[in-house]
Amino acid sequence: MIAESGHYALVLALALALIQSTVPILGVRWRDPALMNVSRSTALAQFMFVAVSFVALVMLYVTSDFSVVNVYENSHSSKPLLYKITGVWGNHEGSMLLWVSILALFGGLVAAFGNNLPLSLRAYVLAVQGWIASAFYLFILITSNPFLRIASPPIEGRDLNPVLQDIGLAVHPPMLYLGYVGFSISFSFAVAALLEGRIDAAWARWVRPWTLVAWIFLTLGIAMGSYWAYYELGWGGWWFWDPVENASLMPWLAGTALLHSAVVMEKRNALKVWTILLSILTFSLSLLGAFLVRSGVLTSVHAFATDPTRGVFILLILCIFIGGSLSLYAFRASALKQGGLFAPISREGALVLNNLFLTAACATVLIGTLYPLALEVLTGDKISVGAPFFNLTFGPLFLPLMIAVPFGPLLAWKRGDLLGAAQRLTAAGIAALLAVAMLWAWTRGGNAFAPLAIGLAVFVIGGALTDLAERTGLFRVPFTTAARRARGLPRATWGSAFAHAGVGVALIGIVCETTWNSEYIGSMRPDDVAKIAGYELKLEDVTQRKGPNFSEMLAQFTVSRDGQRLSEMTPSKRNFAARASSTTEAALLTNGASQLYISLGETAADGAIAVRIYYKPMVLLIWWGPILMAFGGVLSLSDRRLRVGAPKPAKAARGLQAAE
Amino acid sequence: MPKLFAILFVFMTALAASSAHAVQPDEVMSDPAREARARDLSRELRCMVCQNQSIDDSDAPLARDLRLLVRERIASGDSDAQVIDFLVARYGEFVLLKPRFNSHTLLLWLLPPLALAGGGLALWVNMRRRSGSGAREDESLVKLTADEEARLERLLDAEASSEKPL
Repeated sequence: MIAESGHYALVLALALALIQSTVPILGVRWRDPALMNVSRSTALAQFMFVAVSFVALVMLYVTSDFSVVNVYENSHSSKPLLYKITGVWGNHEGSMLLWVSILALFGGLVAAFGNNLPLSLRAYVLAVQGWIASAFYLFILITSNPFLRIASPPIEGRDLNPVLQDIGLAVHPPMLYLGYVGFSISFSFAVAALLEGRIDAAWARWVRPWTLVAWIFLTLGIAMGSYWAYYELGWGGWWFWDPVENASLMPWLAGTALLHSAVVMEKRNALKVWTILLSILTFSLSLLGAFLVRSGVLTSVHAFATDPTRGVFILLILCIFIGGSLSLYAFRASALKQGGLFAPISREGALVLNNLFLTAACATVLIGTLYPLALEVLTGDKISVGAPFFNLTFGPLFLPLMIAVPFGPLLAWKRGDLLGAAQRLTAAGIAALLAVAMLWAWTRGGNAFAPLAIGLAVFVIGGALTDLAERTGLFRVPFTTAARRARGLPRATWGSAFAHAGVGVALIGIVCETTWNSEYIGSMRPDDVAKIAGYELKLEDVTQRKGPNFSEMLAQFTVSRDGQRLSEMTPSKRNFAARASSTTEAALLTNGASQLYISLGETAADGAIAVRIYYKPMVLLIWWGPILMAFGGVLSLSDRRLRVGAPKPAKAARGLQAAE
Repeated sequence: MPKLFAILFVFMTALAASSAHAVQPDEVMSDPAREARARDLSRELRCMVCQNQSIDDSDAPLARDLRLLVRERIASGDSDAQVIDFLVARYGEFVLLKPRFNSHTLLLWLLPPLALAGGGLALWVNMRRRSGSGAREDESLVKLTADEEARLERLLDAEASSEKPL
């Protein structure tokens, strides 16, 4: 009964989405406020129904109803409750249902909180949301229905993939989806602006908070996924340039560019056409990601060809939405008036430079990800494009961008003073040079690139601090005055300083981890001692234990340094009987931002265990950086001008306003 | 360890997974310099049965065979380039995670710099065009056409003779 209710609710949500995607547009055409307002009620109702559908699937998982194919294939009655719930989106059908639920959530939020939007704009935005939602409801109902039953229900489920039985699954996919799908709002706003043929600074002010929300979640989602891979996979890697990762990195790069160009549009009414294009591209890349991952095309072009229903359906959605929005853009963009002239050396100019490098970096990732697929389809030749390629092409694009980051906020709008900005950055520059010199002296004969890169990171962090110091007049006026000014600074200023500093922090972590990572590989028996980076790790004992749905082998290590006992570490290997597979649970010991990392391998016939131990200096900075960036985003989001709401546009259609 | 990574990012449907363990203790070469070379080479070589993993990261049996093969070639005195050539001759270009620059990969290597250069060029052209039109706009603001001069004159005359309209 629950399954059928969920299925039925999903069909009703589709029906509502179809109404939402047509009626409001007729309303705008006929200037009928009642019809335009249909968008609001349908968006809210649609969210309600898809939520019912989602909750129904969660209940099926919680009660372990194995008469439903999806539950049978991905759950097990002995699984802990948390993993029963997270297992809902640990598979294709469930994760698509989560995808549309979040899409409907965002639509509902626009409907609920979009009261200050002009009626016609809101009608268009929600109608476009309705188109996207309809496409994906159809996709789920036709090709990926999670509510299908089995004729003769089995007694036990096949369990969730053990690697996914982790708290990471509870956090990472929902965050990532909030990011991906959040960009649909900026997409809808862009398409609505094109349909209306009107766009102004107020438009940018409406779009920015939504873009920011999506960006914050995507930043955290990617960072979370990276940390999850780091501790779960057992070889300490945190970024692999895997196509699946690239699929999430591309919208992030484009979204970051969009955030910055929207600033220019809001403040200076310039870059309108480009901002519209970026909004379209960012969500298109989210859709592309969905296609790459969902169609199976990554595993093999041939897998895609043998079972094409899902892949072709998503490809169709992809073509319609990307092709449609870009054609609309081509036809209508010229109607949008360009405004706000500026000199090349100016805040706008710096933000344009940021956009140039971010989109070029995004294009590089796109090319590297799609090229092997295209080549195989066209010529049948198989090549691999992996980490070495991306490091070589992506790095050179990102480093110049990093040099430019501190200059941007110090330049004035319209016409900036590069020399003046450089003078104000003297302190940051000196700090960077000192860092380079000290590291150089400390790692004599070592890698020459690492000190330079860390110097660059210090420069970026110093630049962010300089920006704050300049604005508050710190060191120039009495401290109390500076503190008062600091409180008075717009939150968005604090936000950008934090986010920029976060980039520098992450870079330090990345460089330290890749350059000074030390590693021990060996076979160990109880009482053996491994030495790494000044630490001594003694294998005390190996024991067996039983968990709720697995059995595990624990190895107990005592960690000491200079004869002083510091702590214990217990890495383990878990065996899951239901899937006949095992996972490595690495043990981590954090010291400041650095970590010791132990993971276990196979046990040899003579009882020795293969052990891998890493010492990863400053590794946690890799994730503290994105957290700082996201925190900056939250600060920026709480800025008064976004909180209080956007002003009415200069030329709002009066007749429509009055009708509200 | 097939396709393990992809699972982590949850986008993939369930795939078989096992624990990760790449380089085994018994594979490590006694000479640290040679071992370091072997590790560096391993990171550039693909485990062909895995999804986008280097043989250094993978614990698939094939990856182990390849790691041992790389070490064997190094032990027999091959240079890095010779090891790579040997593997490409045996397994094809697919084994390289960083594709070689040739006619097939021309676009792959050239498109990223071209994207940057093209974007920069488009910006430059756009900037020139707009600053040009901006200047013209400024001029048109300052200079009145003959028609406008005449109208202005008439208005001023009208004001002088205190025949205010309205």
